[in-house]
Amino acid sequence: MTTKLVVGLDGHGSGERAVAYAERLAKLIGDCELMIVYVVEWSPYSFQTAEENAQRHKRREEEISTAMQRVVDPAVAKVQAAGIKATGKVRHGDVASILMSVADEEKAEQIIVSRSSEGGFAKRIFGSAASNLVMHASVPVTVVN
Amino acid sequence: MMNFKKIMLFAIAATGMASTANAQEAMTIDQKVNDIFATVTGPFVSFIFAPLPGTAFPWIVMWLVIAASVFTLYFGFVQFRFFGHAIGLVKGDYSDPNDAGEVSHFQALATALSGTVGLGNIAGVAVAVGIGGPGATFWMILAGLLGMASKFTECTLGVKYRNEYEDGTVSGGPMYYISKGFSELGLPGGKILAVLFSIFCILGAFGGGNMFQANQAHAQISGIVGDYPGWITGLVFAAVVFAVIVGGIKSIANVTEKIVPFMGILYVGAALIILLVNYDKIGWAFGQIFAGAFTGLGVAGGFVGALIQGFKRAAFSNEAGVGSAAIAHSAVRTKEPITEGFVSLLEPLIDTVVICTMTALVITISQQLIVDPATGLYQLNEAGSAIATVGDVSGVALTSAAFGSAISWFPYVLAIAVVLFAFSTMISWSYYGLKSWTYLFGEGKNSELTFKIIFCVFIVIGAAASLGPVIDFSDAAIFAMAVVNIFCLYFLMGLVKKELRSYASRLSAGEIKKFKH
Repeated sequence: MTTKLVVGLDGHGSGERAVAYAERLAKLIGDCELMIVYVVEWSPYSFQTAEENAQRHKRREEEISTAMQRVVDPAVAKVQAAGIKATGKVRHGDVASILMSVADEEKAEQIIVSRSSEGGFAKRIFGSAASNLVMHASVPVTVVN
Repeated sequence: MMNFKKIMLFAIAATGMASTANAQEAMTIDQKVNDIFATVTGPFVSFIFAPLPGTAFPWIVMWLVIAASVFTLYFGFVQFRFFGHAIGLVKGDYSDPNDAGEVSHFQALATALSGTVGLGNIAGVAVAVGIGGPGATFWMILAGLLGMASKFTECTLGVKYRNEYEDGTVSGGPMYYISKGFSELGLPGGKILAVLFSIFCILGAFGGGNMFQANQAHAQISGIVGDYPGWITGLVFAAVVFAVIVGGIKSIANVTEKIVPFMGILYVGAALIILLVNYDKIGWAFGQIFAGAFTGLGVAGGFVGALIQGFKRAAFSNEAGVGSAAIAHSAVRTKEPITEGFVSLLEPLIDTVVICTMTALVITISQQLIVDPATGLYQLNEAGSAIATVGDVSGVALTSAAFGSAISWFPYVLAIAVVLFAFSTMISWSYYGLKSWTYLFGEGKNSELTFKIIFCVFIVIGAAASLGPVIDFSDAAIFAMAVVNIFCLYFLMGLVKKELRSYASRLSAGEIKKFKH
């Protein structure tokens, strides 16, 4: 049975470290598939103007295609070039909960993310996506430094 | 069309030049604007508010209440039967996680609410209670509860018959459901009625959605910093609105969109605190509301006065039956148009039944309305047009005084809230007006820009004119939208009934599933 690993990307350089680690792990496992996920931070409870609402569908499509082209597709291509099976997807929502639900859907063994390079005051107080994930995920989580 | 645009642009430029040239004669400008405005809009206002023959009851108020009652009965009290389901939809219980990133039910509701929650809840209620006495509150609540069915009807149609363009953007609202719905039913005149609605919606956007807001915002600011010419406030507001709607400076809109809900919560919170502190008077206040609803307690026009004021201000505040909400709600992404109808019925509840009632209770409890000690009835002011108040104030000033009597610094918070509410309402209405404008004149950069510039000019006029003519015109324009919209809803409500039957049976059969548990 193919082992599935979920890799979360954040669009920064640190995401590449997560991919590189997942790639190494996949080689060690052998029959392994990587599910590379980029999450567009989005909340259904945010406030928008009527005009933004009217254009939302268009913007969403644009966000998905931009993230696919710039972040996900290059990462998938790189992994595939190394001879490892990989697919990519872009989802909207809260980073931690999306990665958890993708892991559940795909029956993945593990989630791999990198520690965000950008910390900041707010993240120290409220906790980053990575620490949320570590606290709540139903599968093991690897945080790459 | 081009000529019309040129004339408008010329008029705008001329207004601009005139105001700079005579800047030093500010008061005269304000007065001139006021006089011209009152003369021009007079006949329109008299028609909309004409009383039913032989009574003092404006036919338009009857029109709204009858419609709300008809929809309530026709849909079998949908506002109560599907209330819980509406909450579930807003919470996202029925939202497919794969649609994340699209406009959610919550967002559509919040956007529509930010267009309606505002001065109607603060100034409008004070006007209602000031003229009609606390009894007006009873009729306001009743109008709010019935109005939920009107919202349900128009917003379901708004989503069902919206235009979806190839690039993924959407345009919806009464003008679309009237023309498409009528042709679907094989009825004539849909296009003409849609055009008529659009014209009134543009006027409403300039009136209640713009001039009234600018006017009251100026009243608030000048009440705190001292009297100064209204056109100055108007220019500042116009510049900021211009930056957002023309310049596309989203940061300003984003900030407002985040502060406005916070202000709403703060307002309700402050009202709750005042009510809690005076908990022993709440029973008395409700007593006044019920007694006043049927006897009038000596207010101008007796209990009919209370009823008219209550219904009128409720309609102006929650806009049920007006059709504006259908424009705001139509952007939601859903396969079931009726779900947005359910969500929208929460709007009059939050706006009128909760927030307006809070304002009315605070005004009543703070005893700003003067009671004649000899008779125990409310005392009229010198003109006999409204109840005499402490400090002889009305509108926002009355609400401000009522809150201020309990929390001394609250008038400052209220002033900021009023300005922000006014701003967010203007942004919302600029969109409603724009959608009607583009329905009439076609979508395109030049056409849109023309509307937006005229919209900004009206902000200046609104801030300079005095409240009387502005409030009359605002009400008249918004109610004129309801004349066309409700007339058409009677023909289209059968389509909504079909949707309701199908959805209700699938819901009870368990075919419509929750994604969240």
